[in-house]
Amino acid sequence: MENNELNKNILIDAIRQSFTKLSPRVQLKNPVMFVVFVGAIMTTALYLLSFAQINDEGAGYTLAIALILWFTVLFANFAEAIAEGRGRAQADSLRSARKDVKARKLKSSADVAVYTEVPSSSLKKGDIVYVKSGEQIPIDGDVIEGAASVDESAITGESAPVIRESGGDRSAVTGGTTLMSDWLVIQVTAEAGESFLDKMIAMVEGASRKKTPNEVALQILLIALTIIFLVVSATLLPFSYFASKQAGAGTGISITNVIALLVCLAPTTIGALLSAIGIAGMSRLNQANVLAMSGRAIEAAGDVDVLLLDKTGTITLGNRQASVFIPITGVTEKALADAAQLSSLADETAEGRSIVVLAKERFDLRGRDIKALGASFVPFTAKTRMSGIDFQGQQIRKGAAEAVKAFVLANGGDYPEECQEIVKKVANDGGTPLVVARNNQVLGVIYLKDVVKNGVKERFEDLRKMGIKTIMITGDNPMTAAAIAAEAGVDDFLAEATPEAKLALIRDYQAKGHLVAMTGDGTNDAPALAQADVAVAMNTGTQAAKEAGNMVDLDSSPTKLIDIVRIGKQLLMTRGALTTFSVANDVAKYFAIIPVLFFSIYPQLMGLNIMGLTSAKSAILAAIIYNALIIIALIPLALKGVKYQEVAAGKLLQRNLLIYGLGGLVAPFVAIKLLDMLLTVLGLG
Amino acid sequence: MSQVIIVDGLYLVILVALSIPLGNYLVKVMTGKRAFLSPLMLPLERMIYRLMGIREEDEMSPGHYVLAVMVFSGLGLIFVFGLQMLQASLPFNPENLAAPSWDLAFNTAASFVSNTNWQAYSGESSLSYLTQALALGVWNFLSAATGIAVLFALLRGFIETKKTTIGSFWVDLIRVSLYLLIPLSLVFSLVLVAQGGVQTISPYHEIVALETGITQSIPLGPAASQIAIKQLGTNGGGFFGMNSAFPLENPTALSNFLQLLSILLIPASLCVAFGKAVGDMKQGRAIYLVMLILFVGALAAVTISETIGVPLVPGVLDSGNLEGKEIIHGVGTSALWGTATTAASNGSVNAMHDSFTPLAGLVLMFLMQIGEVVFGGVGSGLYGMIGFVILTVFMAGLMVGRTPEYLGKKVEPFDMKMVCLIVLVPPVFTLLGTALAVLMPQASDWLTNSGPHGFSEILYAFSSMGNNNGSAFGGFAANTVFTNVVGGLIMLIVRFVPLVAVVFLAGNLANKKMVAKTEGTLSTSNALFIGLLIAIVLLIGALSFLPALALGPIADYFTAVI
Repeated sequence: MENNELNKNILIDAIRQSFTKLSPRVQLKNPVMFVVFVGAIMTTALYLLSFAQINDEGAGYTLAIALILWFTVLFANFAEAIAEGRGRAQADSLRSARKDVKARKLKSSADVAVYTEVPSSSLKKGDIVYVKSGEQIPIDGDVIEGAASVDESAITGESAPVIRESGGDRSAVTGGTTLMSDWLVIQVTAEAGESFLDKMIAMVEGASRKKTPNEVALQILLIALTIIFLVVSATLLPFSYFASKQAGAGTGISITNVIALLVCLAPTTIGALLSAIGIAGMSRLNQANVLAMSGRAIEAAGDVDVLLLDKTGTITLGNRQASVFIPITGVTEKALADAAQLSSLADETAEGRSIVVLAKERFDLRGRDIKALGASFVPFTAKTRMSGIDFQGQQIRKGAAEAVKAFVLANGGDYPEECQEIVKKVANDGGTPLVVARNNQVLGVIYLKDVVKNGVKERFEDLRKMGIKTIMITGDNPMTAAAIAAEAGVDDFLAEATPEAKLALIRDYQAKGHLVAMTGDGTNDAPALAQADVAVAMNTGTQAAKEAGNMVDLDSSPTKLIDIVRIGKQLLMTRGALTTFSVANDVAKYFAIIPVLFFSIYPQLMGLNIMGLTSAKSAILAAIIYNALIIIALIPLALKGVKYQEVAAGKLLQRNLLIYGLGGLVAPFVAIKLLDMLLTVLGLG
Repeated sequence: MSQVIIVDGLYLVILVALSIPLGNYLVKVMTGKRAFLSPLMLPLERMIYRLMGIREEDEMSPGHYVLAVMVFSGLGLIFVFGLQMLQASLPFNPENLAAPSWDLAFNTAASFVSNTNWQAYSGESSLSYLTQALALGVWNFLSAATGIAVLFALLRGFIETKKTTIGSFWVDLIRVSLYLLIPLSLVFSLVLVAQGGVQTISPYHEIVALETGITQSIPLGPAASQIAIKQLGTNGGGFFGMNSAFPLENPTALSNFLQLLSILLIPASLCVAFGKAVGDMKQGRAIYLVMLILFVGALAAVTISETIGVPLVPGVLDSGNLEGKEIIHGVGTSALWGTATTAASNGSVNAMHDSFTPLAGLVLMFLMQIGEVVFGGVGSGLYGMIGFVILTVFMAGLMVGRTPEYLGKKVEPFDMKMVCLIVLVPPVFTLLGTALAVLMPQASDWLTNSGPHGFSEILYAFSSMGNNNGSAFGGFAANTVFTNVVGGLIMLIVRFVPLVAVVFLAGNLANKKMVAKTEGTLSTSNALFIGLLIAIVLLIGALSFLPALALGPIADYFTAVI
């Protein structure tokens, strides 16, 4: 219901906009439609002149042509307005988040009690502000002290609050979001007018929408075609006068008909829809919760042929799962499972839980209450790289092989060769080995398996067909990485990836002529993001990452990259398909118009009238009515984009040519014939 | 009919067979590698560089390259104009011919410098031997060499990456002339002389006609040497007014066949050279095939129309449309010649195109109007076609979901601007020239026919000049101040605006990086693309000229048959 209301509002707004866009200044931005606009003015003037007995054609006919041309212009305006509509609605809601609030500006971060209250709009880069629970964050900044949960739904639409804290990769806060708890001291990184929210509003609204390079190039082609058709049509005046003099029959063609011919031939369909296609593409990206910082980026997304994908979350499920217990000789599997489960009882990580579950499934070992057992939990730390429990004088530990080895050796035990072998084998198979020990005795290894997501293999296969190479980025060692890469079917992988290695990899591919896309969130990703052709920064990421990227993923989802490529490609395909359709249309329009145009001079030319159109007037009217209506008819396609498939270029071209090339040849023949029949029946021909 | 098919088939087979080694040879020459003629020419080449004070390795930026072409051609224009105006007081003028009018001299100069070789003059009655040899003969070589040089500049644009230079115009010009045009022309003119072509500096010959007893003057001159380059360099300007329909210019059936071959030989071999130069023979083959398919289609249409497109008169042998044709050549090779000369921007004739059937005339006109890209002029035909390729890539490329690219180079706004200039300028000026002409009050007095055929005569003339072809339909009095001046300007504009655009396109392409080829890249060498390119070439041509053609040959056809 609410959605319907919104759509209705967009529609009403778009109709209003169609008229306001009639201003010559707006029209001039689209040279193809400007020609139609001038044609409409000229035919209107010709109609008005008929009152002064200056007749170019019958007054009624001229009026009909003039009206159809005005509608053509309005339809083109409407297409653009409706494409902008969704963005405008989104911008309005964003704007409500961007209100001017009072900010507590601190003299220094040391003392939060000394502040002056200033409006957020007057804050400068480098200023320090203090925000408390329940207040709105006045402007973009970096947290320099404190930690708090922040509601970012105004921007991301995601209602669950996120943690923001000083230091690390979660220090960036965005103006317009609200603090849900605690307090933060923030250093301002962007001034009013340049904040993330401002950029976002400008982007979704299309206000700062610059034409993308490909759009500019296409526009140049359209202008060139329009110039040719302008010359073709204009020279017909002298040609036809000369011909009628030579033939001693008929008259030259009228100015009204010259204008009608020009409008028919000019690539008005694509000219009218070009900017709508671009805006709609951007809008689709916004709907996927991705914010492109420029239109250029979305085009580059279509060109990308190397995807750097983070293993975790994109290729594998975020969490590894325990799949096998491998005891060493002399230890039963059940004993190992028991110890493993005990060590994981208080371990709340997904890996830990999966160990408890596996032990239960395999040996029906119930999870026990750690308190009832009187055990104390030893949590995982980056230093020890182990976790476990101390229980009835026993120390049970599980952790990385090296860490457990050190633990066992320190307790006076020894680390068996066999365990080392198992660890190696598990790693080679793409798993993560966790070694379990009790006091000074090694019990065995838990095989933690990376679970490759369902369907990714097929997905990568499809991408490969389109010529897109997938590269898995992982911190794992090369052995593990290779095994997962093989299972997931990626083309290549970068193991033990460091930011430097990523940057080098991107440069390497770019030097070979590839366009590379990646996602990143940390500050140390920034150089690689800046180097990549399409760089998607996670919204949860740092300010540096966001600035280095050319897109921001508000959902911070690692799979988004594939969607972005799809949207980019679809945008380009839609543009190409409608251009082809528009140009192909001209053939039928010629067959409709040319024979009847010179009928009075050379009646024999009716031999070309293969469509059997009734008269010159009905044929021309039918052609320009078709020309206007096709714009309206194609608006949904322009907004939705053409059908996208992941197949090789050749097949894609074949399919699109068949639909839009051949379709573009045939459709107007049928439509113009039908319109001509209708006009004849109505007695308007 | 079967004989015609055999000759046409033989022609195409020999053409293709010769074009392959020649194309490969040309790439070797243009990249400075050792080739067949190197032992002979290399010392000469080096000597010329020393004399000119240039160094082989000094490459030019696009701006510098354009400047060199323009200054060189500008001086050529002045030289050819000046020599005509001064011919009366210069030697080698046995017939004491006076200087032509200024407008005619300008038209002729523009015509030869732009590789059009439109002839508003008649050689034997207007120009001295000195003017013919030194002005026209020399510029037959130089304008052809300029076209090929610029083509190779464009090819470097595709080959090089991140480079700001595109080779040296002087080096290109000298290599093309020394290794290709001069040796080929030398051999070919000797063959022509052997066949009975005339090559002398003695005055015209007085003879008494056997039948009538009237004294006739037979024009002579250093013709064979100029005829060889006229065909090889897609110039087409005849030594004599009647061009290759004149026995001393084209004496035998063999000379006719060889001249036919030489019309398309270099343009065809450039397709091979293109593939070789860009390191992907399939790319060259694709363009070659597009040109061949369009050529064979046009040839079939012209031949069929000339053979059956005339009313049968009872009791008269069905010989096809022989009006305006030499019996020695007949309908078959005249149709082949007409197609070849308009497909390539050659413009020499061995029959009167004015007398072709309306639909055959339409095909000839259309071959010019699509921008002289079916083989086209030496160099210019291929760079024009590459313009269409980029246009096609641009429209089709988007449909595979990538921004368009050709041979690893992305097509961006600047490239598109240049391509539009290449493709747009000829049709626009053809139409504008025709429109201006029909607006002249005396236009109908220039015509020998009225009705649609009269309009065809004007449209053909401006299509010929507006696409640097130079062939004449006939029936149109071209030597008027209006046509000389307007036509001369049009020839210069349609030659040099696209040419300059090509050089800047080359510079912009050379500066780009190379994009890797993947499964997602649009193939520009498969059957689908070939078909698409043909469609785009025909479509752009048809969209630009269908209305004008409807008032000319199409109306001519319908008024004749109905």
